[in-house]
Amino acid sequence: MSCEIDIRGLTKRFGANTVLDGIDLCLQPGERVAIIGPSGTGKSTLLRCLNFLDRPDAGVLKLGDLTVDAAKASRAQILALRRRTAFVFQNYGLFANKTARQNLTEGLTVVRGWSAARAEARADEILAQIGLADRGDSYPASLSGGQQQRVGIGRAMALDADLMLLDEPTSALDPEWVGEVLDLIRRIADGRQTMLIVTHEMQFAREIADRIVFMEGGRIVEEGPPAQIFGDPRDARTRAFLRRVG
Amino acid sequence: MRPLDLGYMAELAPVIAGYVPLTLMMAVIAMIAALVLAALLAIVRVLRVPVLDRLVAVFISFFRGTPLLVQLFLFYFGLPQVVPPMTGIDGVTAAIIGLTLHFSAYMAESIRGAILGVDRSQWEAAQSIGMTQGQLLRRIVLPQATRTAAPTLMNYFIDMIKSTSLAFTLGVTEMMGAAQKEAAGSFMYLEAFLVVALIYWAIVETLSVGQRRLEARLGRAVAR
Ligand SMILES: Nc1ncnc2c1ncn2[C@@H]1O[C@H](COP(=O)(O)OP(=O)(O)OP(=O)(O)O)[C@@H](O)[C@H]1O
Ligand SMILES: [Mg+2]
Repeated sequence: MSCEIDIRGLTKRFGANTVLDGIDLCLQPGERVAIIGPSGTGKSTLLRCLNFLDRPDAGVLKLGDLTVDAAKASRAQILALRRRTAFVFQNYGLFANKTARQNLTEGLTVVRGWSAARAEARADEILAQIGLADRGDSYPASLSGGQQQRVGIGRAMALDADLMLLDEPTSALDPEWVGEVLDLIRRIADGRQTMLIVTHEMQFAREIADRIVFMEGGRIVEEGPPAQIFGDPRDARTRAFLRRVG
Repeated sequence: MRPLDLGYMAELAPVIAGYVPLTLMMAVIAMIAALVLAALLAIVRVLRVPVLDRLVAVFISFFRGTPLLVQLFLFYFGLPQVVPPMTGIDGVTAAIIGLTLHFSAYMAESIRGAILGVDRSQWEAAQSIGMTQGQLLRRIVLPQATRTAAPTLMNYFIDMIKSTSLAFTLGVTEMMGAAQKEAAGSFMYLEAFLVVALIYWAIVETLSVGQRRLEARLGRAVAR
């Protein structure tokens, strides 16, 4: 079994509070993994550590040929890691001073060094895929929540990352917009984009994920295919959680 | 009580107005320098750059905590006594330096507030796509912060223009100096200083109109 993405012993403490307690996770190319678990369990922190938005205290991260020892990661390594991952935020994180199209091109021109023309062509392709071909010149403030999150996802798509990280991409949305955003993520998942998604939408996780990871107290308690986790959870904590969320 | 000598004022106005370019020159140079310095100071504060952060805090506290007039005297009369390269510094230069430092301290605080007003998720999004600290400040954070801070910064510019009159105390013949000289001959102090006041007022009013237009335009750009 080859790990395209390999996380070993990832540990994160906030003061005396150990939020991630030695996380091991292996993702194969194109694998779609959903993380579920109770609130405050370290799910967001796990994703943020993979992107160094939070700096892990220990652990080794391997993405393809890039290996980063978290405890002594250099600035260059952190940038390299960020350039291979893409993050979708719960509250979108769109650049308010940039149009939808510029939100997509920013990473390509500034970070990847693409020409403006090439980046715009790519952005227009993606705008069409996310159903916003006619809103490229709009600023985020004039878009609906659902449209904003689609731009947020489009920005991540544009980067063509080895790993897409999505942290509860629909929980900040009004219910009316949830469907369109889930549809878009479903399409990305169908394209076999390697992804790690934290979600409270159990039905959705079951549909799109190859594997479900259940976390509690900063540890991975149990992982397995959706049918097993939802149909025949082994650990009492998993069973208790699933009973609670219905 | 004698009536105002309007004829004298009309004669005097062009003479004093001749010093408007000097006033604007001092204000514009000091404003540009203060903006650059203020942005740097604000960035040091926001990023909490070790050591520098403490120094900047003291700098800001000092220049906000002491009168501009005292600062100008320090630069013009005080420092040359201990810093040899500053001997022979002329009043205009000393005034520009003093105005720059004084106003940069105030402006740094408003820019800092505006930077902190840019919502955290935009910083993180910029970092997550691999931008460097410099790129994210230059391309995402500062443009928004400048926009937020623009009205306040414009007010400081207006304040700065009025404060150039203090250069008079450093022996610079600007509008105040010119009025003082004219009045010393004619003894018409009221008319002379009234002319100065009216000219300042006209400049500030003109700028205020520009300021309102600018604000309307910036407001539109974000709401589009
Ligand atoms: N910046 C921080 N400083 C201190 N503590 C933090 C910080 N960020 C997270 N924590 C703590 O770490 C723990 C895990 O938080 P995290 O946000 O990762 O949980 P989560 O599983 O994503 O929860 P939720 O489902 O509510 O989003 C919590 O106890 C939280 O209070
Ligand atoms: Mg979370």
